[in-house]
Amino acid sequence: MMTSAGKVFRTGRLYALLSIFAVFSAFPFYWMIIATFKRDHDLFSPTNNPFLFNEPPTLDHLRLLLFDTHFLTYLLNTFLVGMAVVAITLIIAVPAAYSLARWARGWGEMLGIGIFLTYLVPPAILFIPLSRFAAAFGLQESLWSLILIYPTFTIPFCTWLLMGFFKTIPRDIEEQAMIDGLSRLGAMVKVVLPLAISGILTIVVFAFTLSMHEFIYALTFISVSAKKTVSIGVPTELVRGDVFQWGPLMAGALIASTPVAVVYTFFLDRFIAGFTMGAVK
Amino acid sequence: MNSGPRATGTSIRDRADLLARIMITPAVLYIAVMIGFPFILAILYSLSDATTGDPTLHIIGLQNFRDILADPVFRTSLKNTFVFALVSQTLVIVLSRILATALMADFRGKWLVRFLVMLPWTAPISLGTIGWLWMFDSIFSPIDWILRKIGLLGAPGALLGPMQNLYWLGEPFLAMASVVTVHVWRLLPLATVIQLAGLSSIPRDLLEAAEVDGATALRKTLEITIPLTMPIISIAFLFGLIFTFTDMTVVYVLTRGGPIHMTQVLSTWTFFKGIEGGDLAQGAAVSLFMFPVLAGIAILVLRVARRTEVV
Repeated sequence: MMTSAGKVFRTGRLYALLSIFAVFSAFPFYWMIIATFKRDHDLFSPTNNPFLFNEPPTLDHLRLLLFDTHFLTYLLNTFLVGMAVVAITLIIAVPAAYSLARWARGWGEMLGIGIFLTYLVPPAILFIPLSRFAAAFGLQESLWSLILIYPTFTIPFCTWLLMGFFKTIPRDIEEQAMIDGLSRLGAMVKVVLPLAISGILTIVVFAFTLSMHEFIYALTFISVSAKKTVSIGVPTELVRGDVFQWGPLMAGALIASTPVAVVYTFFLDRFIAGFTMGAVK
Repeated sequence: MNSGPRATGTSIRDRADLLARIMITPAVLYIAVMIGFPFILAILYSLSDATTGDPTLHIIGLQNFRDILADPVFRTSLKNTFVFALVSQTLVIVLSRILATALMADFRGKWLVRFLVMLPWTAPISLGTIGWLWMFDSIFSPIDWILRKIGLLGAPGALLGPMQNLYWLGEPFLAMASVVTVHVWRLLPLATVIQLAGLSSIPRDLLEAAEVDGATALRKTLEITIPLTMPIISIAFLFGLIFTFTDMTVVYVLTRGGPIHMTQVLSTWTFFKGIEGGDLAQGAAVSLFMFPVLAGIAILVLRVARRTEVV
């Protein structure tokens, strides 16, 4: 039995340890909040305490970000690209994953592994040849280049993830449906897909966030300000020459990163299930 | 053939073999056109003298590889790519282990701690890195401010020197440490959640039996927890390696490879050569140096996955 003093000590140690980690992880976001609402004069006085508001907070940076830059356009572009990528990913990955989960033997299994391996061919190798693709089809400076290219990382990953979901649905359910008179295809569409809805929702979230996080392709293909997505717009457009507009910059980073974080947190465990590939049951 | 009442029907909707092929085809085609073909093109470019001005493929053999190997910036990039990936991921595995063990306990406010430590992974990487850029600012860095307040910096005879700032991104060693820090910050959440999954998969009765036998906490860790979670630790480590090895965003946003190319990595050097410099051929050649390592990691991932499936 643990004495109560020992218990208090243990709890204290646990909280101390967790606080260190929480501060390390969350501090950059706190730093963004502070800069977003701090007056420039306060922000750029080296002797002021940088962690607090030494002068009253201001909304100037937010106003500048929202009305004097293309920030809202970046958000809209990010949203459009994300939704289109989600649609393409669903159309291609759902049937592929089902096919691999149900019928893969021999060549099929190799194919499944092959699709997963393509996830490991990084954008850092592909962006040079793909920039020639974009040039050849006249897609430079167009959101379409991103919409067509982002599935190169969403399809392999989402196919792999969904395959795992489909494998957990017992075959008996489809066989029963076929005995009841549904066709093979009908059994998949009307019986299996509704059961896999949580898996499908998961890949919607991931295809969207992976597109939102993407940096290299967007940086390579888009240089017109009004066509940028938020992940390249904020770091490239709010720096004029050597002048970093830290207030608006931090405001942009904060607004673009936090709402998605909330949604994402709910789906994190499933994302991990895809990574660990059944190494944990 | 299935055994339902429609077994005799030959409608496409009932032919599993045909359906399997039709449903997998779009994925295979897309991957072949958008990943397979560009990958081959990258190899061809690396053997050519193509530039953005004249992108025609004129094969000149291995000259690009000889040129880039002779380039000291390339050698720095190659070394940095390995150093950043290995150092950051070793730290990530150790730290995520500690964090995951702490998160296994029941305590109040767990959801908040979990949300906070997951933030770095959920925010777009370029925007998280921008936050760090402001924290490593040459004048307004809060880290320098604290160091000054506790007397380690900015006073005559102070441990870190009499100057007011450390210039995190201006000094080669500190710049490298900064890049590693951001990588650790970014990938710690992913590794932690993977390790949590590993820890919660250990059968409770095994640990309880060890306790009955009088095993110490250290022995339990060394003889039960670590061996049982080894496969999943390897997965976390290998994926972390892939992400940091190929990442361009952190270095690009934080240092642009500077000061004087001291933090350049293969991916940023590919970008500066191939896209900003317009030398498609040499850029492609630089990027291909990542491939053997990635292929090696991929084989290891599959071996780990296969071994655990057998068990």
